[in-house]
Amino acid sequence: MAMTARIDVTGQDLLASLRQFLRAILELQDIRAILVPRHLPMNNAVMPALVTDPDCLEGVDPLAPAFPMNAAKIVSRLTGKPMGAQVAAILRPCEIRAFIELVKLKQGRTEEVVLIGIDCLGAYQNKDYLRFAGEDGAHATVRFYQSVLTGRGTRIDGVDLAPACRACEYPVASNADITIGLFGIEFDDHLIVQSQSVRGEAVLKQLNLEQTVEPTARRETIAALVAQRTAQRDEMLAQTRAGTENLAKMTTYFARCVNCYNCRVACPVCYCKECVFVTDVFNHDPYQYLRWATRKGVIKMPTDTLFYHMTRLAHMSTACVGCGQCSNACPNDIPVMEVFRSVAQATQKAFDYEAGRHIDEDPPLAVFREDEFAEVVGMSLQTGRQA
Amino acid sequence: MEDFEPTLIAFVCNWCTYTAADLAGTSRLTYPQNVRLIRVMCTGMVDPQYVIKAFLEGVDGVLVSGCHPGDCHYINGNFKARRRIKLLKEILPRFGFQEERLRLTWIGASDGIQFAETIRAMVAQIKTLGPSQARLKMVI
Ligand code: SF4
Ligand code: SF4
Ligand code: FES
Repeated sequence: MAMTARIDVTGQDLLASLRQFLRAILELQDIRAILVPRHLPMNNAVMPALVTDPDCLEGVDPLAPAFPMNAAKIVSRLTGKPMGAQVAAILRPCEIRAFIELVKLKQGRTEEVVLIGIDCLGAYQNKDYLRFAGEDGAHATVRFYQSVLTGRGTRIDGVDLAPACRACEYPVASNADITIGLFGIEFDDHLIVQSQSVRGEAVLKQLNLEQTVEPTARRETIAALVAQRTAQRDEMLAQTRAGTENLAKMTTYFARCVNCYNCRVACPVCYCKECVFVTDVFNHDPYQYLRWATRKGVIKMPTDTLFYHMTRLAHMSTACVGCGQCSNACPNDIPVMEVFRSVAQATQKAFDYEAGRHIDEDPPLAVFREDEFAEVVGMSLQTGRQA
Repeated sequence: MEDFEPTLIAFVCNWCTYTAADLAGTSRLTYPQNVRLIRVMCTGMVDPQYVIKAFLEGVDGVLVSGCHPGDCHYINGNFKARRRIKLLKEILPRFGFQEERLRLTWIGASDGIQFAETIRAMVAQIKTLGPSQARLKMVI
């Protein structure tokens, strides 16, 4: 059922071709706006932008290795309540997976959005991107995609992808309405677009693009990339586990944390409207701090740092998509994502769940079965697993 | 380690295990005094954060105990609690808290004897594990 069509590329200018494709979508009767990363006129910033005027597509750049935020949060904002119009959203695969989690949590709806997943070339950390983009962000993007797509790699000018992207095993979207394919394609001649849903197919049909078949090289290229990423991921997770396996090590790991909660603000799947850590629940009486200090002789202030991180792990790790925005947001360069992914892998596996995999799978902590997990009840000395 | 007396926190459901604890008391059953009871209206209201907080403040073990399956006064709070314990048993051992430090049991209102036995067993098990790492270390 999937329809595959081509978008012509001339002069290796992928951005021009993508803009043309987006313009055609925007000119469709039923699509009123496109959400897509765009260079702002100011300061080389690349931010999600909601474009309604085709002439404002100039500056749109879904290939820039910039990832200032997980735009699932924006799509959630645009779709949480009815808008009365259809929007197309150009997203990275981890943004789509996060959005799917938000839809399950009733913080977004799919009815009025066409999800367009673009093959993800990866992104640099915020600080690295600014340095890399220099004075000419558009030119920097060209250097980036040419390097990646010709196999010269993601490392340019001594900068490499964010750790989350280096360990990302989902570079291609699987829950989109339409995907834009870059990997394994003669990209100086054409790109491909494919429908993954009925809605996506309806949109593509209206565009009257020339149909084509997916080149066999594409599957192989993607498989090789996923294998390499998975190996990196496993190495990263093993290292992280060893580096955080007890409280002493966790204390070292998060020693520079100032409880600013930026990582939670940046997290696309931290779904609470009001996080318990900004309420008074754990806002202790002044005298309590003195009691704690007296008991141990010294306590680090602010307190409750590991408590915050471990609580967040309990609350959202089953929905973690590994996008790395937590690390990106940390003012003290703490590798937050690594710890969260390492725990997320275990908690998601425990419930046979994978964040963002399928819109019909219930979030593990929202449901239960009557006959399950008997092994966690009772006093028996089970457990081959030692701490 | 001979004179190590562990501290336990037990989150007990008002309708069953709390009543069982009460019964144990009025029946003059003895059980170790290491446990501090926190009465909750249902095990389904024990957010993982309270268990984590207890461990990071240095308790040596946490018991969550509620009504038997089918008996929960809020229909399915205990089933939700079981998923949260499952979740915590993935997270806490990962950071060095042995799995036996966290227990979930179903103890009905008339099971005073079982309550006393459970506390005895848990205290004994935790004595062999020794004090929690959170007691020993500077925790941030
Ligand atoms: S915890 Fe970090 S890696 Fe996980 S979803 Fe949130 S921002 Fe992404
Ligand atoms: S962003 Fe960094 S410093 Fe702020 S709470 Fe998260 S880990 Fe701590
Ligand atoms: S009322 Fe006792 S566990 Fe729910």
